[in-house]
Amino acid sequence: MTEYLVAIGTRKGLFLGRSTDRESWDVERADLGMNSVSAVCIDTRRGQPRLLVGATSGHWGPSVLYSDDLGKTWQEPDRAPISFPEGSGAALAQVWQLQPSRPAEPDVVWAGTEPSALFRSEDGGVTYELVRGLWEHPHRPTWQPGGGGQCLHTVLPHASDPSRVTVAMSTGGVYQTTDSGQSWAPSNGGIVALHRPDPYPEYGQCVHKIATHPGEPDRMFLQNHGGVFRSDDGGGSWSPIGGGLPADFGFPIVAHPRRPGSAFVFPLLGDFDRTPPESRCRVFRTDDAGETWQPLEKGLPQDGFQAAVMRDAMSADNGDPTGLYLGSRSGAVFASGDEGHTWHTVALYLPDVLSIRAAVVG
Amino acid sequence: MRVVVWLPGPLREYVGGAKQLPLDVTDSAVIRDVLDAVGRSHPLLERRIRDELGQIREHVNVFVGTDNIKDLDRLETRLHSGVEITILPAVSGGARHD
Repeated sequence: MTEYLVAIGTRKGLFLGRSTDRESWDVERADLGMNSVSAVCIDTRRGQPRLLVGATSGHWGPSVLYSDDLGKTWQEPDRAPISFPEGSGAALAQVWQLQPSRPAEPDVVWAGTEPSALFRSEDGGVTYELVRGLWEHPHRPTWQPGGGGQCLHTVLPHASDPSRVTVAMSTGGVYQTTDSGQSWAPSNGGIVALHRPDPYPEYGQCVHKIATHPGEPDRMFLQNHGGVFRSDDGGGSWSPIGGGLPADFGFPIVAHPRRPGSAFVFPLLGDFDRTPPESRCRVFRTDDAGETWQPLEKGLPQDGFQAAVMRDAMSADNGDPTGLYLGSRSGAVFASGDEGHTWHTVALYLPDVLSIRAAVVG
Repeated sequence: MRVVVWLPGPLREYVGGAKQLPLDVTDSAVIRDVLDAVGRSHPLLERRIRDELGQIREHVNVFVGTDNIKDLDRLETRLHSGVEITILPAVSGGARHD
């Protein structure tokens, strides 16, 4: 019998949900206290999946912990897992992203942090080293913090080329390397920056999230701080695709793991009214790379829903059919086992959800 | 000289459950030296108290006797033999979780 695990990072701790049908869920709070869990990862590349969390205590600071028994126990090395090196003048404030690399690099895990920086682990996510090529980029002093802080929130290792990695920051925008992190170049052509007098700068965009397809890595989808975009050339250029949505503001964007033309967003009215259109909890799906969008709402609250979904609080699992998951700032978590057509409640009244990942674990 | 560092409940797991951590430091030691010594013997505990820049975390208070080092010379606060150093979470530390 297939077992699914959903890891739900909230403002006050981690919650783990288990299900065999993605309809009925047993949810328990993991033993991570009141840490704010801004990043979760279920690394399925090893025989026993490894859970990774980026957790921040209001008192005791940030760290990365891992579990090799699906959340029963947690480990943290004596050495700080992520630490800015001496002379950098920076201290880790929060881990925003924990991203496994390609299956061919089973011990490589990437981390995005606040302040905006990229770290690389070669021991399965236990300890990390700063990627200096990006940290020393001449643009870095001019990146400005978004509302959540100056964060690097998205890391997309290329599915077939280990020398290529895409990252995204708020603000700063999209940067890419083609030489394994030695050098980085902005890649924001066509992405609007509504907060600047020049709406199409080289960099400085407030990109909220990017998603890509393992099977077609040059096709990318991007949720911007105003606007949804697509690239068909690996991020070289971007075109708006949000015209068919009720609103093109939002935070998460999720690519279908197997269908390169399919993606999912959770629209909000806009920068100054960050609530869902018509107060309805709806995911919108495209199956034609953004030409058209269809609402997915069956099983989701359709009356009086005022909560946003954060950039890492919506994701897909690796099941077949694909499962989708979302968690709201009002602590509601929903799952779909049929690619978004019908949804089931995983939990209600949790602390506000910051991050969510799910996988087949048995 | 010997000083004693008293730990709050949430930090005792890093010293085997002990409430206090006795440390031998030089006679000219300041708070920074004590935390350096903590870092050598209990690195996980030390990074709960201060960040990689060596700064006391924003919502952690360190007392020498009954005085907060913020009201003294901060990390350069001098010590004397037998002094009790107390680490306490600030009440403001839950602000991000309200």
